[in-house]
Amino acid sequence: MTTKPTRRPTYYEEIRQKGYSRRDFMKFCSIIGAYMGLEATGVAQVANALQKTSRVPVIWLHFQECTCCSESFIRSSHPIVADILLDKISLDYTETLMAASGHQAEAAKAKTMKDYHGEYILCVEGSVPTKDDGVYCCIGGKSAIQVLEEAAEGAKAIIAWGSCACNGCVQAAHPNPTTATPIHKLVHGKPLIKVPGCPPIGEVMAGVIIHMITFGRLPELDRVGRPKAFYSKRVHDTCYRRPFYDAGLFVETFDDENAQKGYCLYKVGCKGPMTYNACGVTKWNGGTSYPIQSGHGCFGCSEENFWDNGPIYRQMANFPGFGIESNADEIGMVAAGATAVGIAAHAIATNLRKNKLINNVIAEGKDAEKEL
Amino acid sequence: MGQRIVVDPVTRIEGHLRIEAEINNGKITDAYSAGTMVRLLEEILKGRDPRDAWAFVGRVCGVCTSVHSLASCRAVEDAIGVTIPPNAELVRNIMYCAQQMHDHVVHFYHLHALDWVDVVSALKADPKKTSEIAQSISNWPKSSPGYFSDLQKRLTKFVESGQLGIFANGYWGHPAYKLPPEVNLIGVAHYLEALEWQKEVVKIHAIFGGKNPHPNFLVGGMACAIGLDDVSGINAERLAYVHQLLQDAKEFIEQVYIPDLLAVAPYYLDWGAIGGGLGSYMSYGDLPTNGFADKSSMKFPAGVILNKDLSNIMEVDVRDDSEVQEFIHRSWYEYEGGDEKAGLHPWKGESKIKYTGPKPPYDHLNVEERYSFLKTPRWKGNAVEVGPLARVLIGYARGREDFKEVVDSTLAKLKVPVTALFSTLGRTAARGLESILVAQWGLEFYDQLINNLKNGDTRMANMEMFNPAKWDKTCQGVGYSEAPRGALAHWIVIEDQKIKNYQLVVPTTWNASPRDPNGKQSAYEAALMDTPVHDPEQPLEILRTIHSFDPCLACSVHVYDEEGKHISKVKVV
Repeated sequence: MTTKPTRRPTYYEEIRQKGYSRRDFMKFCSIIGAYMGLEATGVAQVANALQKTSRVPVIWLHFQECTCCSESFIRSSHPIVADILLDKISLDYTETLMAASGHQAEAAKAKTMKDYHGEYILCVEGSVPTKDDGVYCCIGGKSAIQVLEEAAEGAKAIIAWGSCACNGCVQAAHPNPTTATPIHKLVHGKPLIKVPGCPPIGEVMAGVIIHMITFGRLPELDRVGRPKAFYSKRVHDTCYRRPFYDAGLFVETFDDENAQKGYCLYKVGCKGPMTYNACGVTKWNGGTSYPIQSGHGCFGCSEENFWDNGPIYRQMANFPGFGIESNADEIGMVAAGATAVGIAAHAIATNLRKNKLINNVIAEGKDAEKEL
Repeated sequence: MGQRIVVDPVTRIEGHLRIEAEINNGKITDAYSAGTMVRLLEEILKGRDPRDAWAFVGRVCGVCTSVHSLASCRAVEDAIGVTIPPNAELVRNIMYCAQQMHDHVVHFYHLHALDWVDVVSALKADPKKTSEIAQSISNWPKSSPGYFSDLQKRLTKFVESGQLGIFANGYWGHPAYKLPPEVNLIGVAHYLEALEWQKEVVKIHAIFGGKNPHPNFLVGGMACAIGLDDVSGINAERLAYVHQLLQDAKEFIEQVYIPDLLAVAPYYLDWGAIGGGLGSYMSYGDLPTNGFADKSSMKFPAGVILNKDLSNIMEVDVRDDSEVQEFIHRSWYEYEGGDEKAGLHPWKGESKIKYTGPKPPYDHLNVEERYSFLKTPRWKGNAVEVGPLARVLIGYARGREDFKEVVDSTLAKLKVPVTALFSTLGRTAARGLESILVAQWGLEFYDQLINNLKNGDTRMANMEMFNPAKWDKTCQGVGYSEAPRGALAHWIVIEDQKIKNYQLVVPTTWNASPRDPNGKQSAYEAALMDTPVHDPEQPLEILRTIHSFDPCLACSVHVYDEEGKHISKVKVV
């Protein structure tokens, strides 16, 4: 195929060419706006930007990974989102989907790096092993370190997809045998967005990209570099089972009577109280469910070093720095044994006590963030 | 003089695979398959809570997501001696079917199709004729001339934009592409439809496991409690959702995937005699219908076929230390015992990384010595191929009616003998054929689940042994599965409630591994031998055969610590 330089069509033009109506387009903009937590005026801004902007070239690198981030990305639920992201951004390099292999693949990447120097978005999936000259991950005969450095040089901005790229994920868990290293520790002087999670939610990934191409800038980030739109609330605070926590009603063991009633999973290890993610609001797979809704606790997959934060089924309180387990246990047992009137009374007392405890936990979490 | 070509990265796969091949007179005369990434998950698992292992090893692969978690739960349940409730078995089976259907459709359209479908040729198709062909092969409603005409306009615009994205630098116009423009256009249409479809079927994982990729599992059963009278549990709405998704998936497989497979195959029947490779096949069996312990109840039967002899099916025992063994003679490892030619059973598996390859950047690997992070597994010393073709052949050779029906009817439609299955085309066809079966079985499992619930059995987890204090001081277990890419097993040794040793031997390790100490090739290398290559600069034919295996190299290097020494080993999925 020849590549002739023509004016790049805008998203709106392309959507119209694909047979979508203006109404479809506006609906899409509203949904994207909603994902980004925008007011109605912001939606208009999205629509406006998508009508004017051309396709942004994207290079997507794969290092020490399991490809769950790419898989999650293609799960993004709104039909036009899938179209736009695989068709509207110009995904010029991704080992998972591209037609070309070997040196033709490398040539496609090199061309984008040259033709769009300073303009392309670099997405990175996976961590980079730095031990032993980087021999533990080689692509096209080059080490991951070399590949990353080359591609980062001309990137406009970098997106670190998933926990591998943000914190090293499972291969960086103790004792991190290959020295799996997250991207922000290797690339400096470039705008970098962390989108952690194992994997991140598909619609969150789509939302981050749409934000960048719509507004021409990075979404607002928190202190550790995550988009505030999706990582500013704890799973616990957005959980529909939260009232059971507050009432002291807990699942004691999986598949018990309380599990069938959908009580709080805190005592079987849920890490929702220390996990910042959008699972409780955006949910997974087009809003179908999320881990807690399906009966399993959150294990904190978007948090730094979550693999080393203690066994999955141990009550979170046993974590270093979180000292509320005895209280929660006590409260749960008392509530379970009390009469209906008693439960209500205890619930009130519990809430007062827990608020203080929760505030402590949040404060500790913030301290931990500062350290990062 | 031969020509040495390198394909690295091999794209449209999971992970990092490198192929080096020797070409003489337009044919491959030697081939080397190398895995070039490792993560060392086994060292990381050591000392951890065995009940957490499913989550760690689940991250071996996000493409064939859930399969490692399933094998891991089975390994731990085997070790600690717990039987899961029938409902949990059925939910796991339904999730298995969803995964298999998703994986196979995505492989066919998004990872493999561009080896056979020329996207650029589709620009020349006549939409009316395309519609006629589409309607002659299927009742799928999206088949009008207008539909294909709109798609073609969209495609033309895309190409004219100059930004070709994932289609840039493809092998368009290569003489090995044989489809008429109209069939190419159907291929492109269904590439895009399958991309939308694939996000639906995995919602079954979200309903039972909370999310996909990487749904949650639980040692002892599943965490998704039945709660027919509660909004939180698995209730009538959730079940109806699962049923709808299973039906929709079956419809797509029957009306899109299979008709496309049968429409494309006649143009590539020469590939029914290329890429056969080893001719030896192995399946561990999966989809239990009477508890995992009852091997005879499995929908996918187990067995081994050697040298294309369908009349002699041998039994496989993953516990027998003389059957499955791993070798490191040509891999970047060393054994403690120093015996370079020894093979070790995974319960006693021992290995230590010793990278002796070139320092990057490099042009060539030293293929005469060690050249991969993959170890080399063997069954009783034999190299065997695993995957959909192995499963279908074993089901067929065992005389199972359901397998015979789909295989014989397909062979009849294509007018080819059963021997055509021993090939690149056979591998690709087998994936489709088993999808037909899996789509039916998924609905059967669903009906059985409903029946259990009607009869008042709502158990979803057996938590009797969840407390580690109840376990023997030392115990070991093995859990196996038939993952989309083939036979998968995890071996665990537990001591003092902690993981002492954890080993995985995964499908792509069987298929993509380097040579064994006798110089015998594994499946990828063997299948590439004698493959015709029209233009060494354009490795299209190599990609066809390699992709027919559906490579998944989310290699994990599993390092463990035995007797105080750090030992490592590499694996691939």
